[in-house]
Amino acid sequence: MDKTVEALVIGSGPAGMAAALALKENGINEILIVEREDAPGGILLQCIHNGFGLHRFNEELTGPEYAERYINLVKDKKIEILSGTCALDIVDDGDSKKAILLSEEKGLLEVSAKVVILAMGCRERNRGNIAIPGTRPAGIMTAGLAQKMVNKSGYIPGREIVILGSGDIGLIMARRLTLEGARVKAVVEIQSYPGGLNRNIVQCLNDFHIPLYLSHTITKISGDRRISSVEIAPLGESREPQNEKSFTLACDTLLLSVGLIPENELSLKAGVILDKVTGGPVVDSNLMTSVPGIFACGNVLQVHDLVDWVSEESAYCGKAAASYVRNGLLKGREIPVKPGNMVRYTLPAKVIAGTEAVISLRPMAPAQNMSIIAKAGEKILYKKKEKKIFPSIMLRFPVKDMPEDAGCIEVFFSAEDKK
Amino acid sequence: MKQAFANNVYDCIILELKITDTKQKTGRIMNHKYDVIVIGAGVVGAAVARSLSRYKLRVAVVEKEADVSFGTSKANSGIIHAGFHDEPGSLKAKLAVAANREFDRLCEELEFPFERRGELMLAFTEEDVRILQFYFAWGKKNNVPYMELIGRERTLEMEPNINPDVMGALYAPTAGIICPYEYCFALMGNALENGVELFLNEKVIWLGKKENGEFEIDTENGLKLNSTYVVNAAGLYADDIAGYLGITDFKILPRKGEEYLLDRRVGNLVRSVIFPVPTKTSKGMLVIPTVDGPVMVGPTALDIEAKDDYATTRDGLKNVFMHAQKMVPSIRSSDIITSFVGIRPVATGNDFIVGATKVKGFINAAGIQSPGLTASPAIAEMVSSVLLKEGLRMEVKPEFNPHKRMSFTRVRHLLEERNFGKFREIIAGNKNYSKLVCRCENVTEAEIIGAIHRGHTTLDGIKFATRAGTGRCQGGFCTSRVMEIIHRETGMPIEQISKKGKGSEIFPIPLRKGVSRG
Ligand SMILES: Cc1cc2nc3c(=O)[nH]c(=O)nc-3n(C[C@H](O)[C@H](O)[C@H](O)COP(=O)(O)OP(=O)(O)OC[C@H]3O[C@@H](n4cnc5c(N)ncnc54)[C@H](O)[C@@H]3O)c2cc1C
Ligand SMILES: Cc1cc2nc3c(=O)[nH]c(=O)nc-3n(C[C@H](O)[C@H](O)[C@H](O)COP(=O)(O)OP(=O)(O)OC[C@H]3O[C@@H](n4cnc5c(N)ncnc54)[C@H](O)[C@@H]3O)c2cc1C
Repeated sequence: MDKTVEALVIGSGPAGMAAALALKENGINEILIVEREDAPGGILLQCIHNGFGLHRFNEELTGPEYAERYINLVKDKKIEILSGTCALDIVDDGDSKKAILLSEEKGLLEVSAKVVILAMGCRERNRGNIAIPGTRPAGIMTAGLAQKMVNKSGYIPGREIVILGSGDIGLIMARRLTLEGARVKAVVEIQSYPGGLNRNIVQCLNDFHIPLYLSHTITKISGDRRISSVEIAPLGESREPQNEKSFTLACDTLLLSVGLIPENELSLKAGVILDKVTGGPVVDSNLMTSVPGIFACGNVLQVHDLVDWVSEESAYCGKAAASYVRNGLLKGREIPVKPGNMVRYTLPAKVIAGTEAVISLRPMAPAQNMSIIAKAGEKILYKKKEKKIFPSIMLRFPVKDMPEDAGCIEVFFSAEDKK
Repeated sequence: MKQAFANNVYDCIILELKITDTKQKTGRIMNHKYDVIVIGAGVVGAAVARSLSRYKLRVAVVEKEADVSFGTSKANSGIIHAGFHDEPGSLKAKLAVAANREFDRLCEELEFPFERRGELMLAFTEEDVRILQFYFAWGKKNNVPYMELIGRERTLEMEPNINPDVMGALYAPTAGIICPYEYCFALMGNALENGVELFLNEKVIWLGKKENGEFEIDTENGLKLNSTYVVNAAGLYADDIAGYLGITDFKILPRKGEEYLLDRRVGNLVRSVIFPVPTKTSKGMLVIPTVDGPVMVGPTALDIEAKDDYATTRDGLKNVFMHAQKMVPSIRSSDIITSFVGIRPVATGNDFIVGATKVKGFINAAGIQSPGLTASPAIAEMVSSVLLKEGLRMEVKPEFNPHKRMSFTRVRHLLEERNFGKFREIIAGNKNYSKLVCRCENVTEAEIIGAIHRGHTTLDGIKFATRAGTGRCQGGFCTSRVMEIIHRETGMPIEQISKKGKGSEIFPIPLRKGVSRG
């Protein structure tokens, strides 16, 4: 064994850093954060727009500024970060975990840890996964790759841009590329509502007169060496493209902003069970995965839209992991949490009786005047009116004081009675 | 691949292989004279080049694309056929069956992935069963060894995931699967190690015969090359090349094939290559295991007008999955991870055209449709014999080395085996093995640098040579890193780095200094 620590944190994005800080605050001293990039900070480092930290710091920060605050805190607490180091594998090793790390500087390392916190973030979905007919020329890439290149290296992919998908990264890139002199001709969204936050629709599209085509999709890609045009068709009643109503837009770049997928290849190797809907690990209310001693937080657990919630969730996770190191496995009856009416998913999958928990969820579709309700048997644990709900906005609320004999907690939306 | 960076102004990469002086090339006139020039660096050109590298000859290969195999040879089903599909007496049948036997030795020498998995042609009706018998007879005539007609039970025992309605199958155990581009790279790499020269990004636009009987070749970039013999291995454009010399007795008709690759997660649905009974124009739509693991389904077979129609279609997709699901019901189109089109160069007459022509010294290796990948080593041997008959002096070079010299470790394999001891060893030898570039397929910087030094300088070239960017994220993460490494190793400016050669640059527009806030 090259190194033994109490806690190993994989990933140094906002999730990893917040979890590590919470571990430290809760009495864990031997902590190692590993990060495969050259520097800590995660995806935030390429998000140079502002809008981060409104909840956490009551300020509008850029991504790098938000990251820097955490990096400084981690440094102040003397928590070790090993950059340029990728975690490749995690295996059981008695009552510890053994992680195999590949470090640019130190080569292959074996690190033993009492707990492992997974904070690997997520990756973008790509064209292959959505199989658009047509050619395979240059000029098609994920919005995040374009973001990284424009913001970190100073290159743009083209001048005539079409964006497929209205996820936040795509919206932000629409504005970013417009500011760099490119023409964004359309954002095409297959759903009948936008994938990204409303604020981004307004500030990134409307303010720049960029058309958003809802309930449309790209049905063909043309171009030999470089993309030259796309064919766009509206969807009919059956959600199938209506080819007879299609139109063609000339372009030299197609950006894909069609969703994010939690990065869980490593988790699978460690034997962690994943949730089919979120793509992240199935966790209990302590954010512990199906493998005792392995925890998860941030985008690797569920794709977040606000970094503030990432920090909050991860601090909670770090605290629970610290307790695991000190007191071992928390025993107690597990009460399952189930998504009900209009709820796409809930997380965690189960709450340990007698503890408090934070429940996150996403609505199935946009709606207005709904109440979100969490119920255990006949007891209402939580109820709040929501004027408008969107799938792009995650809701989070605490629950406590569950009845001893609760069979399960059901979380659902209920239409408000008009008063 | 080693190449003469003829049209590039930046410094040439340092190659371990002998290359022709680049400075001379900036003048664009190269009065180098070769014994043989091969036009086209597909599997046929590469196999011919390697065969010729055995002899004391000056051989050059001229290719219009940015890398070897970028034509039809990278985009196919990757099957080394047993040889029962083709009509007895045809060149296709003769060469495929002869070549099939060569693959164990070739694979041993050149270290490309190849596995003999066997082919199963399935019957679902009485009529199909009669068709199996017909192909069994063809196979016998073609001297395909070890074929068997097997019943339902045994078919299902061999392939539990196929449709239980199957009535029986024609089984040919000698068929294999291969990684087509790695095979091409290995052939060409070995040819280069044995002294062949390769010109990439050089499109032949004219070919003529001078008074002294020598051929003169002009490329689009103004390169001039001379030779005594020319081998026409230009795939889809072999008719144009022959046409420059007034040879017009054949045409190449493009026949399109769409293929769909499924996610690794689907698992090993089949062990052998699964065929239906053939159609008039093709072997039908297949379920194909690949050497890398994922299952592939396809190809369609559609005669098209344009030789560059590389678009997949909704109909093609539907068609492929309808047929594939009939054979393996659990296949789903939602598992597609990527798709591609390959275009078969079908010559009038429908057979391969390999041989001398009315123009002395000009040899055709044209119309190499399926099973061209399979037949490639035999086509190359046939071309060599034709050259000998046509008067080329072919003295064997004592220093010829059939073995791949520049082999390199694939970290991916070590990690799959959890062979960490060996991994530590190779890192101790080369620190770049500890820098992970492609996280989906576990490709390290050492492997990328190795590929660049063997001449792969496009993203597609590096992808084919190392697998970087072929995994789940399809390059979302590693593209920018690979670009940085190409830039560092070759000096090529970022804005010139391309997917597959000129015109396909990834980030062609550098911004002014001082980046604004978006
Ligand atoms: C493009 C984009 C724009 C966004 N815009 C906004 C916005 O405007 N406002 C807002 O509030 N939020 C925004 N967000 C959301 C917010 O930034 C993310 O939710 C947050 O960064 C997620 O944090 P994380 O730590 O979970 O993941 P990440 O920040 O992705 O960090 C994960 C880290 O783990 C590392 N890692 C992964 N695997 C390994 C491994 N095997 N070994 C070692 N290290 C590993 C990665 O290199 C990475 O550094 C945006 C997100 C994206 C992607
Ligand atoms: C969908 C599909 C599936 C197939 N499956 C199989 C299979 O499973 N098994 C099998 O055995 N066979 C298969 N084949 C057939 C096999 O792929 C071909 O027979 C083989 O690749 C042909 O090789 P080639 O070298 O003749 O052509 P190519 O690979 O096309 O090479 C010709 C080269 O010449 C170059 N060139 C053309 N014009 C010029 C010019 N003017 N100047 C310079 N260079 C030029 C081109 O760029 C190209 O690189 C399949 C084919 C397709 C399309």
